[in-house]
Amino acid sequence: MATQEQCQVLDQTQVGPRYFKLTLKSLYISTNAEPGQFVNVRVDSGTEPLLRRPISLHKINREDQTFELLYEVLGQGTELLSKVIIGSKLDVLGPLGSGFKFDPEKKIAILVGGGMGVAPLLPLAQQLKTLGGRAVYALAGARDKSCLLCETDFAELANEKVVATDDGSHGRRGYVSDLLLDLLNNTVEARHYPQTTIYACGPKGMLKAVAEIALQRQIDCQVSLEEKMACGVGACLGCAVMTTGGYKTVCKDGPVFNAREISW
Amino acid sequence: MVELAGIKLNNPVLVASGTFGYGKEYADFFDLNKLGGIITKSVTLMAKEGNPPPRIVETPSGMINSIGLQNEGLEAFLKTALPFLAKLEIPAIVNIAGDTVDEYAELAKQLSKEKTVKGIEVNISCPNVKKGGMAFGIDPATTKEVIGAVRKATTLPVIAKLSPNVTDITLTAKAAESSGANAISLINTVVAMAIDIETRRSRIGRKTGGLSGPAIRPIAVRMVHEASRAVKIPIIGIGGIVTGSDAIEFFLAGASAVEVGTANFVDTAAPLRILAEINAYLAKHEISDYDELIGAFKE
Ligand SMILES: Cc1cc2nc3c(=O)[nH]c(=O)nc-3n(C[C@H](O)[C@H](O)[C@H](O)COP(=O)(O)OP(=O)(O)OC[C@H]3O[C@@H](n4cnc5c(N)ncnc54)[C@H](O)[C@@H]3O)c2cc1C
Ligand SMILES: Cc1cc2nc3c(=O)[nH]c(=O)nc-3n(C[C@H](O)[C@H](O)[C@H](O)COP(=O)(O)O)c2cc1C
Ligand code: FES
Repeated sequence: MATQEQCQVLDQTQVGPRYFKLTLKSLYISTNAEPGQFVNVRVDSGTEPLLRRPISLHKINREDQTFELLYEVLGQGTELLSKVIIGSKLDVLGPLGSGFKFDPEKKIAILVGGGMGVAPLLPLAQQLKTLGGRAVYALAGARDKSCLLCETDFAELANEKVVATDDGSHGRRGYVSDLLLDLLNNTVEARHYPQTTIYACGPKGMLKAVAEIALQRQIDCQVSLEEKMACGVGACLGCAVMTTGGYKTVCKDGPVFNAREISW
Repeated sequence: MVELAGIKLNNPVLVASGTFGYGKEYADFFDLNKLGGIITKSVTLMAKEGNPPPRIVETPSGMINSIGLQNEGLEAFLKTALPFLAKLEIPAIVNIAGDTVDEYAELAKQLSKEKTVKGIEVNISCPNVKKGGMAFGIDPATTKEVIGAVRKATTLPVIAKLSPNVTDITLTAKAAESSGANAISLINTVVAMAIDIETRRSRIGRKTGGLSGPAIRPIAVRMVHEASRAVKIPIIGIGGIVTGSDAIEFFLAGASAVEVGTANFVDTAAPLRILAEINAYLAKHEISDYDELIGAFKE
């Protein structure tokens, strides 16, 4: 179930060169949202831009009935979003989509985030911690130091956190998929692969690399995909992604899919 | 109560094919029984996989789509979508599309057996399929063939959905009327294209798509006006309707009802808000019934 609601803006903070964190109030969304789900935000009350912008739920605070979005300013829509002032209202549709799944048999969780892809992994890390009984590894990659997000948050929630930057300005130099290979070769033993789930979100190329690594080792892998969206509720079929079972909608069947299902 | 081509509607605001799924997708957001009626996503005889992504791109005050009539086919529609529509109190109008004239006729025949189906909207105007679709609706002769065949196959009200991608809309409108359509609806999307200047590729997987949203409204208003002068059967106006004022513009141009499309994506409450805004306009101008507006445009 989802709602369309005018949510009060409680906070808007710039957290990096083009990164912002937005805190919104909604009893319904904060109560019902699951990690991996998203909201579809109307950034302008007119027709320019016309369509809503999908943004992942980054923090879900049930106690104070709020949720947070972490986003990067890329174009007109996110630019307008970054101008939204505290105290105003924002038209939000959500919570939408099908989020991350949890299997009690899986005692090891490896979170792999590339760039903005860390956004939905944080509530996931929170949830995994609450569920307990798991070793949680958080791997994050970014272009450079200034683009690396949520490092301290992950440090608090995960048993181990490793970061990489493309240019080596912070953490290891290289890609987050290199970190994953390292972890699988050196830390998580092969006999534990059947009890492991890899959760990944980030650019398509990165997800493909992570999926390959996971599939080669027969490790369960869930990926969160992105596609251009219009309705966000499964009505327009605009956000199609090819799977082994034909086209599926990223907004409703996803955004989280089993990596095995996707026709990479 | 409004009567449109023999279909009883609570009000003249319906939702357009392909923008409202089969209704269920929007049931979370408001009481669907408050709509004038639901026009379903196009149903084809056999399942259609749809077009390769990207299927949508946003453009100024509009969007281009190339969905390619993705749907699970008639059999699955009857099994999974129709039972939900049957539980609603409002009329379900099923939009059909085919690759051949026979397919349209077969769809109409099968659907006529279903109590829930109160009318058939014939999509001869989809720009996103290789065969059939718009190819039928841009030529008055093939328009006649398809609508004539559907007419023979059913006693249900038949609505011919026309394409704006023609030089003279009055020709296809008249062809639909003379072959037995009870109403016409227009417009479907306008063939369009957008190019990514960095990759030099189309921003739509299948190169071209159909433009919808406020960007096409003036085209739609003009075509409704022209068609309404050419035929006697009622016209359902479609194209970029976002507010009550937009709907009233269509009534004045000659539409007896309207369908709300792309606006559903932007505001899930759009159809009900539009209805409230129409009523507010009527109250303000002390007009007792909206039908006084139909075709009241002053030359
Ligand atoms: C399910 C889902 C969850 C998402 N979660 C988040 C999130 O938590 N935080 C966040 O910042 N973004 C997220 N996004 C992406 C976000 O929706 C887009 O960045 C946003 O819509 C861009 O809108 P815009 O008007 O600012 O840019 P546009 O004007 O639409 O685009 C500006 C430029 O950015 C490029 N661009 C647009 N979208 C993307 C993209 N997804 N990835 C890379 N380049 C892109 C365009 O090609 C163009 O060159 C998510 C997308 C989906 C589908
Ligand atoms: C994503 C999308 C899918 C559509 N699918 C169909 C369809 O299956 N059959 C059809 O007759 N029209 C389809 N249409 C056309 C709409 O019903 C409508 O005629 C058109 O979008 C113009 O109205 P609007 O500007 O209010 O959206 C589709 C439109 C969109 C945007
Ligand atoms: S965005 Fe409309 S179906 Fe996914």
